[in-house]
Amino acid sequence: MSAMTGWRVTSGNAEGPVLKLSEPVSFWGGIGPDGRIIDVHHPQHGAEVTGRILVMRSGRGSSSGTYVLAELLRLGIAPAGIILTEPDGIIATGALVAAELYDVHMPIVTVSEQDYAAIEDGVTLSIDMDGDDAIIALG
Amino acid sequence: MPLSLDDDERAMLAGEQGPAAALSMRIITELGRIRGAERLVDIDSVHIDGCIFYGQAGLDFAQRLVALGGKVRVPTTVNVGSVDLIHPHLILQNTDYEKWVAQGGRDLMQAYVDLGCRQTWTCAPYQLDSRPGVGRHIAWAESNAIVFANSVLGARTDRYGDFVDIAAAITGKAPCGGLHLDSERHGDVVLDCSGLSADALAQDVTYPILGYLSGAIAGTSNPVFVGLPADVSEDRLKAVGAAAASSGGVALFHVVGRTPEAPTLEAALGPNAGAPVHHITAQRLNAARQELSTAREERLDAVSLGTPHASVDEIAEAYDAIVGGPPLAEGVAFYISTGRSVFAEAERRGLIAPLEAWGVMFVLDTCTYVTSILRPGTRTVMTNSGKWAHYAPGNMGVDVVLATLEECVQSATTGRVTWDRDLFR
Repeated sequence: MSAMTGWRVTSGNAEGPVLKLSEPVSFWGGIGPDGRIIDVHHPQHGAEVTGRILVMRSGRGSSSGTYVLAELLRLGIAPAGIILTEPDGIIATGALVAAELYDVHMPIVTVSEQDYAAIEDGVTLSIDMDGDDAIIALG
Repeated sequence: MPLSLDDDERAMLAGEQGPAAALSMRIITELGRIRGAERLVDIDSVHIDGCIFYGQAGLDFAQRLVALGGKVRVPTTVNVGSVDLIHPHLILQNTDYEKWVAQGGRDLMQAYVDLGCRQTWTCAPYQLDSRPGVGRHIAWAESNAIVFANSVLGARTDRYGDFVDIAAAITGKAPCGGLHLDSERHGDVVLDCSGLSADALAQDVTYPILGYLSGAIAGTSNPVFVGLPADVSEDRLKAVGAAAASSGGVALFHVVGRTPEAPTLEAALGPNAGAPVHHITAQRLNAARQELSTAREERLDAVSLGTPHASVDEIAEAYDAIVGGPPLAEGVAFYISTGRSVFAEAERRGLIAPLEAWGVMFVLDTCTYVTSILRPGTRTVMTNSGKWAHYAPGNMGVDVVLATLEECVQSATTGRVTWDRDLFR
């Protein structure tokens, strides 16, 4: 893939290996306190999100997911960044609150369907902000 | 169009109303930008869901707002917490985890009191004395409260959740998007109940099942019911909404001829006149009830009523079904969850003491499915709540039967699970 430009949902810079999910995961009830996917119905059950660039089409599930993401960020076991195709208020709020409380800034970015399709699982990506533009490049 | 703020909103963001208001405004404006709102809207009231303890981050956030001198700017009610402050002994504290939740839960509830919230501790704020009117903007969290406010009261709230709720209360503002807008409030799919018999429509348990079906059909869109009685009670609409927000993500439904934005089907659908129609049959009600009822054993361990919190009328119905009848069977626990204010009113009416004498345990300030109340070893529970039936197997590992009040009471007196699998004919 070549470098792509997304839209800034929350601020921050990140670099890490991509974990691309075949379907969205709910942070509430979906990600455990060890940073792994605990939803037994999720096809990537057991995968670790810590330090990864988590790529999924959209958010999912209970609004209490804000709590879970803020808690993962507090404990330092959250994803390095999140790439979605549509903004998600639940995920964004978790990141906004953690930025206020713990000075941890996890970037959340939206990209087009086309760019989403071009991102491959396992590659290392970097995310950098330029105003409301998010520059996504191979690391 | 980018989010535009007025002078007062900019001043608050700049810190002129103190650091807690500035922090809260940063969250509200960022969320508005993310959701594509063009402006903020003044809100009349807030209902807080963030007072249930899920971990340190939630407590840190509330205590940070307290430390910064935060106070709510609009009347603010609070959802259930993780502790029954009036009957603390009901909350189990056997394991380290249970002790952590009990202490964290208590500290969290105190923080929200310090921020100026009214100590309602109920998931049914619409049962309290002051309710928002038709067309008023509010910012409510807790899915059953959101769907009731939008659908039955005709007030306007988007789906707010933890953290945003208190930020809205401290600023008095919410992003003007989602269900605050006319364009988002029309019906998207029709559930035609006109084929159901008068007997079916007279059963309480019909309504949580209809809610469950509508959530499965509508997802996060707005279902419209036709063919329900024009005088269907608020308690039944409460049951519809709570189940619809559990099996799906419904935040607004219409009942033609009953709810304020649905005088006619045409009005409820607006530009969506060609919306798909699903015909609800007795067979479908039976099938949905069987799907929700996971219990395979005959022995009954507990009954749980009052999710969402029981109203005074519902406590009176329990009184009529229980008092003067056979005693509670040994080994069966019988819970009714309700709010403090409803409990006080029921007490004034003399309903509480006879029910407690029979064996009912009233759970206040919290709910049997959000914290550790059920005795260890509890396997099979009957409930009249679609929401409880939907969540309990996953949250608590118990099996359930979604039942009528009469089936719950009769089973509680025999200690054996008894229900009519083909209730609807």
